[in-house]
Amino acid sequence: MTDKELQLKSVHLRKNILKYIYMAKAGHTGGSLSCVDILNVLYNRVLNVDPHEFRKPDRDRYIQSKGHSVEALFVTLADRGFFPEADLETLCQHESHYIGHPTKKVNGIEQNTGALGHGLSIGVGEAIAAKLDGKTHRIYTLLGDGELPEGSNWEAFLSAAHYKLDNLYAILDYNKQQITGNNEEVMSLDSVRDKLESFGWAVKEVDGHNLIALEEALNKGPLVAGKPSFIIAHTVKGKGVSYMEGNIKWHHGVPTAEQYQLAMSELQEAEALI
Amino acid sequence: METGKIKSKDLKMGLANQVVFANTLEELAETNKDILVVTSDSRGSGKLVPFGQKYPDQIVEVGIAEQNLVGVAAGLASAGKKPFAVSPACFITARSLEQIKNDVAYSDNPAVMVGISAGVSYGALGTTHHSLHDFAVLRAINNISIIAPADNYETEQAVRYAADSNKPVYIRLGKKPMPSLKEDDLNFEFGKGRKITEGKDLVFIASGETVYPAWLAAKELEDRHGIKATVVSMHTIKPLDTDLLDSLAEYGAPIITVEEHMVNGGLGEACASHLMQKGHRNAFVMVGIPDEYTVTGSQVEIFNYYGISKEGLYSLGKEMLL
Ligand SMILES: Cc1ncc(C[n+]2csc(CCOP(=O)(O)OP(=O)(O)O)c2C)c(N)n1
Ligand SMILES: [Mg+2]
Repeated sequence: MTDKELQLKSVHLRKNILKYIYMAKAGHTGGSLSCVDILNVLYNRVLNVDPHEFRKPDRDRYIQSKGHSVEALFVTLADRGFFPEADLETLCQHESHYIGHPTKKVNGIEQNTGALGHGLSIGVGEAIAAKLDGKTHRIYTLLGDGELPEGSNWEAFLSAAHYKLDNLYAILDYNKQQITGNNEEVMSLDSVRDKLESFGWAVKEVDGHNLIALEEALNKGPLVAGKPSFIIAHTVKGKGVSYMEGNIKWHHGVPTAEQYQLAMSELQEAEALI
Repeated sequence: METGKIKSKDLKMGLANQVVFANTLEELAETNKDILVVTSDSRGSGKLVPFGQKYPDQIVEVGIAEQNLVGVAAGLASAGKKPFAVSPACFITARSLEQIKNDVAYSDNPAVMVGISAGVSYGALGTTHHSLHDFAVLRAINNISIIAPADNYETEQAVRYAADSNKPVYIRLGKKPMPSLKEDDLNFEFGKGRKITEGKDLVFIASGETVYPAWLAAKELEDRHGIKATVVSMHTIKPLDTDLLDSLAEYGAPIITVEEHMVNGGLGEACASHLMQKGHRNAFVMVGIPDEYTVTGSQVEIFNYYGISKEGLYSLGKEMLL
C-alpha cells in the first residue's frame, strides 16, 4: 500500500466511523476520530496479524485500553478483513457482538476493555510472557489522556520499566480532552513526558494525525533498548470534522441527519485533496 | 388487609431517579455547606453540571480515578464533611471496592457512594458498564447500607436520609424516567419496604427500576384473572426489612423477587435466606440476570430477554397460580 493509499484509508475509516455511529444512533465519536489514524498505521503498517488466523501465538498484540473508541477499532478491523463490514450494521443492536466496547467475541479483538485503566497492565503481562517464552512479537496498547489518572496505569508504568519490557509500547491518544472538559480543568497531567521519563520509559512525541510520523515512531523497534516505549501522539478530538474538532460535546455525540451529511461532505473534500 | 384495586390509570411519568438525586442534593447543598460532591469525570452522567456551576466550592473533581474518588470521600467524611461520591455504579462498587470496604465502612467514615446508571442502564455498552454485582459485594461488607429507590419520591427521601446519616450509605440509581408509583401514601422509611399495592394471592418483592414492571404485571394479573398481588418496593436492600418479609410470608402465597442484578447474592437471595431460616416455605422464584454472559442490547431488551418485564412477570405469576 502506498502512502497515498494509506492517507485515503484514513478518510475512508473516518467516514465509516460516522456511518455506523449514525446508523446505531450511539457511539464515542470524538475519541474514535482522534485515534483512527493511529489504528490505521498500526493495522496497515505495523502489526503482524493475520485476519484469517487471528489467534496465532506469535502475532503482535494490540490492546485498546480506551475501549470506548471501539468504533475506530471495528472499522479498521473490518477494512483489514477480520470480519465483513456489513456486520457493523448490527452495531449496538440486541444480540449483536458489535457493542459499545471491544469484546473477544469479535474476531481480531484481544481483550474485553471499556473500564478505563486496564489495558496497560494486561499488556505488561503479555510482554512478560513473551520475554519468558523468548518470543519477539510486540505488544501495543492505546491509552486515553483522561484515562491516565487511573492509578493502575502508574502501577503498570512501574512494572514495565522494572521488567525492562522493550517489547511493550504504550500510545497516548493525547487529545487533551475527556468528558467533562479539558484534561487541564479535570485533572492536570503536566508534564506527562517528564512523568513517564522519570518512571523509566523512553518517550517520543509525534503528531498523531501524521501517518508517516506515526509509522516512524511505532515501527522501528523500541525507542531505547531495554526500556518500554511511550509514544505521545498529539491528536485532536473529533479530528476531520470541523464542527466536532475540540468540542467535548462530541465525546459521545451522535450527528443528526444534517450534521451527518455535512461531515460526510467535509470528508469527501478532504479525500479529493489527497 | 387487602386494600382492593390497583389504580387503573397509567402512572404519571416522572424524571430519571438520578436527576432527582442531583436536584435534591442541589437543594440540600444550599443550606448545608458541608455537603460536597466528589466526581470522577462523571458530573455530566450524574446530572451534576448545574450543581458544579452553582456551588463551585462544593464539588471536588478527581479525574478518572475511582479508587481515589472513594478514598478522598472517606477523608472528607473523616474531616467532618458530608461527601457524596458519584460515579457509574459499575465502577464505584468494583474499582473502588477496597476503598469502600476499608476506608469508608471499616474505618466508619460516613461517606455516601452514589452509583449512577446502575444495573444494565448502559445497555449496549456491555458488561464493563453493567453493575450486576453491587448488591452482592456490598451485602458482604459490614457497616454500609444499600438503597435502590424505585421512583422519584423514594430517591428524594433516600438522598435526604443519606445526607443526615452518620453512617456509610450506598445509593443505587438508574437513568430511565420513572413513574411515581404511589401518589397517595408517601411514607418512606429507611430500612422498611414500601407496599405499592396489596393483595394476598401473590407477592412481588422488587427494587429500583424493576418495581415498575412488577407493578404493571400485578395490574395485568388483577385485570385479567382477578389475582390480587402485593407489590413491595424493597428500596433498602441492607438492612433488609425482615419483619415485612415475615408478614408477607404469612399470606402463604408464592413470592417472586425481582431485581436488576445477578441472581447470585442479590435481593432475591437475601430474602430467601431470611425466609428459609425462619421456616417459611412459600413457593419462591428469583427473577434477575442469570449467571451467564449477559445478552447484549438496550436495558429494555435485556429486561425483556430475562423476563424482567410486565409480560415476563405476568406470565410467571400466572404460571405459579393457575
Ligand atoms: C473506569 C472507568 N471510569 C469511567 C469511565 C467512563 N468514561 C468513558 S470514556 C471517559 C473519558 C475518557 O477520556 P479519554 O481517556 O481522554 O478518552 P478520549 O478523549 O480519547 O475519548 C470516561 C470518563 C470508564 N469507561 N471507565
Ligand atoms: Mg482524551
